[in-house]
Amino acid sequence: MSGQIRLSRRRFLQVLTGTAGALIVGIRTAEAIDLPPALLGGTFQALGPYVQIDSDGNVLIGARDPDTGTGVATSLPRIIADELDADWNRVSVIPLGLGVESDHGQPRWIYGRQLGGTGSSIPAAWQELRQVGALARWLLLQAAARRLGVPADRLRCESGTVIAPDGRRVTYGSLVEVAGKIPLTANVPPVKTPGRYTLIGAPAGDVDAHAIVTGQASYAIDHHYGDALVAVLVHCPWPDGTLARIDTAAALAVEGVVKVLQLQPEKDQPQGETVIAPAVAVLAQDTWSALQGRDKLELEWKPGASGTQSSYALEQQAQALLDGDDAPTARIRNDGDVDAAGKKAARRLEATYVQPWLAHATAEPMNCLVRLDKDRASLVVPTQAPQRAWAVVQRLTGLAPDRIDIRVPRVGGGYGRRLDHDYVAEAVMLAKLIDKPVRLLWTRDQDLAHDFYRAASVHRISAIVDRKRDLIGWNQRMASASALVQRGVPDNRLWTSETRADQLPAGLVPNYRSDWYGLESAIPRGPMRGMPHLSNAFAVESFIDEIAHMMREDPLKTRLRLLGEPRTLPLAGGGTLDLGRLANVLKLVADRIEWKNWLRSVNGLGIACWHIDGAYVAHALEASMPGEKLTTERAVCAVDVGRVINPLGLHGQVAGATLDALSTALNLAVTYKDGRIQQHDYKSYPLAGMAQLPNDVEVIAIAGDRPPAGASFLAMPTAAPALANAVFRASAVRVRRLPLMKELLRLL
Amino acid sequence: MPPAQDQAMPTPDSNIVPEKGRDGIDVVINGEPFRHTGDPAMPLLWYLRDVLRLTGTKYSGDAQAGNGADLVLVDGKPVAAIGQPMKALAGRQITTVEGLAATDGTLHPLQQAFIDEDAIGCGYCTPGWLISGVALLTRTAQPSDDDIDQLPNLCRCGSQTRVRRAIKRAAAGKAGQA
Repeated sequence: MSGQIRLSRRRFLQVLTGTAGALIVGIRTAEAIDLPPALLGGTFQALGPYVQIDSDGNVLIGARDPDTGTGVATSLPRIIADELDADWNRVSVIPLGLGVESDHGQPRWIYGRQLGGTGSSIPAAWQELRQVGALARWLLLQAAARRLGVPADRLRCESGTVIAPDGRRVTYGSLVEVAGKIPLTANVPPVKTPGRYTLIGAPAGDVDAHAIVTGQASYAIDHHYGDALVAVLVHCPWPDGTLARIDTAAALAVEGVVKVLQLQPEKDQPQGETVIAPAVAVLAQDTWSALQGRDKLELEWKPGASGTQSSYALEQQAQALLDGDDAPTARIRNDGDVDAAGKKAARRLEATYVQPWLAHATAEPMNCLVRLDKDRASLVVPTQAPQRAWAVVQRLTGLAPDRIDIRVPRVGGGYGRRLDHDYVAEAVMLAKLIDKPVRLLWTRDQDLAHDFYRAASVHRISAIVDRKRDLIGWNQRMASASALVQRGVPDNRLWTSETRADQLPAGLVPNYRSDWYGLESAIPRGPMRGMPHLSNAFAVESFIDEIAHMMREDPLKTRLRLLGEPRTLPLAGGGTLDLGRLANVLKLVADRIEWKNWLRSVNGLGIACWHIDGAYVAHALEASMPGEKLTTERAVCAVDVGRVINPLGLHGQVAGATLDALSTALNLAVTYKDGRIQQHDYKSYPLAGMAQLPNDVEVIAIAGDRPPAGASFLAMPTAAPALANAVFRASAVRVRRLPLMKELLRLL
Repeated sequence: MPPAQDQAMPTPDSNIVPEKGRDGIDVVINGEPFRHTGDPAMPLLWYLRDVLRLTGTKYSGDAQAGNGADLVLVDGKPVAAIGQPMKALAGRQITTVEGLAATDGTLHPLQQAFIDEDAIGCGYCTPGWLISGVALLTRTAQPSDDDIDQLPNLCRCGSQTRVRRAIKRAAAGKAGQA
């Protein structure tokens, strides 16, 4: 039997009886419910973000969003399991593949959105997935009421068992067959009140931890079809370059090498949906043969028009734009009258902050396994956005939507790189050309030299302070190359990847102006973890420290004075900025690091705060600098994300983002000269090792009761400015250019 | 070989009789003897991943030591599997992440400590941290922070502080037993 309850105009809760009497509950969209249940039965894989309870009491929960290390494969199922009052020890979690059906040739996403690593998994799941667990629990309660002869509202659930007032107990497993036959009411069973949560808010280790530490966890790169050829690539150093000469004889002479093929970007396709640059692929029986063949390729590339560009020239261009008085590409915000406020100035300050190009450098290299049959495509893809990967495969194969099977095992890091699917396009193109399954594998030199980078930026900010030492004017001008060019985004929205209209200190300074100057570069750009907050927070939170220094004021006091009384301000994208919550995280890190020692501490203390879409973060760092050796002695981070689903997971995300941000700020920069990227390995793109990072990150997570906000990159923006501010206290050197170590050594 | 890997492999043809006396390079991997009969220059990494389908040792993308995801123990010393041609390994004892636990499945104390400390980001580089961590604990029962600082591994997810705690937890457990 099956039934459904309407949740909203387009979404329904669905109940099914699976094989061996299992009870299956999930959400389906309006378009999908007309399908006969027979199509849905059998394999759990086809059932979406569902919970399945077997008659032996085991519970299977699907995790719909790719887990790139954000912990959503643990936290999303726990949201469902809590509503269900399941025994977590009997819950198995499986990653769901892409859920797609065909609706007259159009895709129908049967699991809703499937997206990882964008900070939106938990908020979306909170809205959608709790009801799945609540309905399953309601059905089990009705079944138990019949069995025990007790009204359902007098029964309670605990750890996979229904308990009657007289102490009689029935297990979920013994109830599933009856539960599957309970007629549904029109009403959606209510979700729990927070006081009854058992799993939400309790710490839980990663569901994949045991598999990971024993080497059994499987990533896309570990998958294989027996007859697949391994493909490795060399890309043209210039996206607009051409292949002038190729000699494949030596490569083809390597035992195991089968074929050498060429790939071209499709000219009419957006960035990230086709090959990133002209490429030559070596296809071989195994990886070692393919890599040897690749080394023996004789290639001569010819630069295109971009062959004269350099990251140095781009920065000069940015500085020249900010020196001049050209109209900005976009005026992001203009409160009051900054020019008029200038006339009331008692003090003025101006500073320029320069931040470099950055690469993603995911641990698991780009790869894709694809098998194309006559009427079917089967892929294993490390992706953050399986629906976007599907679109690339569909365009290149012309297959019906439901004939494309995309599996997404755990992903070895995303950081935004795997929101693009150039590597999927490459694998599908090669499989078509050679008419065999292909296992595409990128090498690190290709990964670092052919990324969708985060572009460099230059911020120039000036502040106006009046006689009462109040900040009355803020004029911010930023120049950068937008990440959204050639991605179907209208010109007047290109700035949205670069800055925000509601970022600090907007709304707190009566005369506030923010302008953006767009730069052009042939180097491909794309989404990057923490964008656009990372670069803006470094400039803004460094500059607020500089203002405090100019006014001879404690920078914590300057910040608290700027935030003012607890109140809320509207955010540009809806929602509110709660200044009380922001001030709170700031005070918490200050207390923990003993900010009262700020002035007399031998080590430097630095602080910074930021907000992202209703979540709040502050860092306080203690840095020592005997001579030229910089050590982060302590790192404290406080976050307020509203309700915490998994405190252990949140600690991991916050500590991890802190270290990633410090590693990036200390060491990392991508540069290009003559249009060619100059970084090719971890020596030239040196992620920080253990010795350069703090020994611990002290995480303070506020346990709130508002709907949960995303946390995967929340702790990134404030780490670098807090470090630069601490370095200033420790060394009297103000670093306004990243990477920090290189600039610090230059200035010392 | 663990069952998960077996499932990924095609069923062997029962008519195939192993060649007798074929030259090869004999190695012991996780206690089991293997003979490599392919290209003697093939790096250990590809022998593990492509030939044996032991995929716990990860490819870091680099031709030389990269982020440490491909570390294995050769006669107890941590080395990058990508940099070890099979011909240099004749007669050596190799331990991969799959071989750290006891044969009955009991985890190595450091594996357990990684679980207890949640010392995992995306998990891709974790096998490499375990290998270098186990080598460190074998060398130094109570490693200092400076000792831990010397680990060659890289991790963009930022698991380092939790890895440090896990190593100390495993070391403390050892001290407790003594």
